Amino acid sequence: MSAEVEVLHPGLFTSIQDGGRYGFMKYGVPVSGAMDSFSSKMANLLLNNPEDASVMEVTQMGPKVRFSAATAIAITGAVLSPEVNGKPVENNHVIDINPGDVLQFGRRILGCRAYLAVRGGFQTPKVLKSRSFYEGITSVYRLVKGMKLPYDAEASGELVNSYAAIKQGEHLSAVKVEVLPGPEFDRLISSEAEKLKNSEFTLSKYSDRMGFQLSEVFPNNLEAILTSPVLPGTVQLTPSGKLIVLMRDGQTTGGYPRILQLTERGINIIAQRIPGEKFQFGIKNEVLS
Amino acid sequence: MRYFPEIKPLGERGILIDFQPEISEQLLEKLLRLKIFLQKELLKEKVEVINTFSSLLINYPLAIEDVYNEVLKVKTLVEKANIHNKTEQQIFQIPVCYEEAFALDLELISQQKKISKEEIIRLHSAPIYTVYFIGFLPGFLYLGGLDKKLQFPRKEQPRMRVEKGAVGIGKNQTGIYPKTSPGGWQIIGNSPVPLFDKNKIPPCEISPGDKLKFYAIDLEEHERIQKEVDDGIFKFKNELYVG
Repeated sequence: MSAEVEVLHPGLFTSIQDGGRYGFMKYGVPVSGAMDSFSSKMANLLLNNPEDASVMEVTQMGPKVRFSAATAIAITGAVLSPEVNGKPVENNHVIDINPGDVLQFGRRILGCRAYLAVRGGFQTPKVLKSRSFYEGITSVYRLVKGMKLPYDAEASGELVNSYAAIKQGEHLSAVKVEVLPGPEFDRLISSEAEKLKNSEFTLSKYSDRMGFQLSEVFPNNLEAILTSPVLPGTVQLTPSGKLIVLMRDGQTTGGYPRILQLTERGINIIAQRIPGEKFQFGIKNEVLS
Repeated sequence: MRYFPEIKPLGERGILIDFQPEISEQLLEKLLRLKIFLQKELLKEKVEVINTFSSLLINYPLAIEDVYNEVLKVKTLVEKANIHNKTEQQIFQIPVCYEEAFALDLELISQQKKISKEEIIRLHSAPIYTVYFIGFLPGFLYLGGLDKKLQFPRKEQPRMRVEKGAVGIGKNQTGIYPKTSPGGWQIIGNSPVPLFDKNKIPPCEISPGDKLKFYAIDLEEHERIQKEVDDGIFKFKNELYVG
């Protein structure tokens, strides 16, 4: 049976994301996928979905949506005061949904991005093997009012344990963003490297799914590099001293020195920060080759 | 003292193989052969191997469990790599309309360089360009081979909107915008050919190692090809390249 989530209000920036558009980087296509991959996996696992099933990524101010058919949902990641038919519901639990139920979000309590999984996953069209929204690849790149997102009302319902619950992800309150040295880290002089480890940085308002620009200026004399591969989590340092953390929709190659590389956990941690928040980098101490 | 290639992790999902930075066809050929070899050897890891001018990146679908061991494995593979199988290359004829309607900055380059517009067009469409890799945006080709006489700085203030198909010059590079986007290159023409089709797998017909040759067309021809593209009946003019 075809079932749909109708978008009554799209929220600040809401999109459908899965495990990512993997395998098309060689054509210049960003990987995309959930910014906080840990939370999106957890939402899916609560519902016995494949862990990379499509979820709704909700940013700071959530949408208002109506379900056409009975299903089960789970919300993880940022705590954005979700309500079903006006009654508060909790993150990290399985929530039963009846036909016509309206889900909306309210005040932001913690984090930046919440993940809404629906039993069986959202069934929006796959383009290049992924349902992740990305401008120019999928027909839309964010939810718009009136849009209808299909899901499968028949999906393996009996397998879901309605009492399943998990703890809030500890990365939501992590103090440090976990990083590894990037390929050009050793071009920094020791005082610069120390400063990078010990300073506080602020997420600027120029922060979206493509990348997070930091507010602080980091003076340096590093030379540009020959255009080279970059990945989500690569931290670039520009000649004018801007630090840019590339995120899931980031470009595939770049010419700025790559001084740090966030770990997967580091990406998930920073994905839960909002512009204006401060953080420190924590270099994961591993001796690698 | 640095020894090349340097093999090192890029976070938990990538391993970089860096050669001495340079832009050369010899290095590109070596990278492409090694890329095919590694892609085959690491088939079961489901990795994607990409190249840029002087690097390969092995991109893993999930975090690598033991990065140290994986780097060692890649080092061993690279050492024993049998990279003598020659890669096949195509040469693509790419139509470009250099007429005023599209060539927003041709006049500027002509005046500053004191080269006639006709000569700029001739110099731009004379070389056989090499596709080094696709990056930055979906379908954006990094080309080598721009005539030194045509090198020109990027715009100080990038345009908010550069049209899809715009052919530009930025420093020592020339390229085609695969989609409408902001951009800082000096625009000298427009090509109607589709560089990226999201509904096709693979979405790009042109691959690293392939060659491009531009040829000048008028507005009418541009419109005709554009219609073929829109109707889904466009076919590239390409053939095996024998260098």
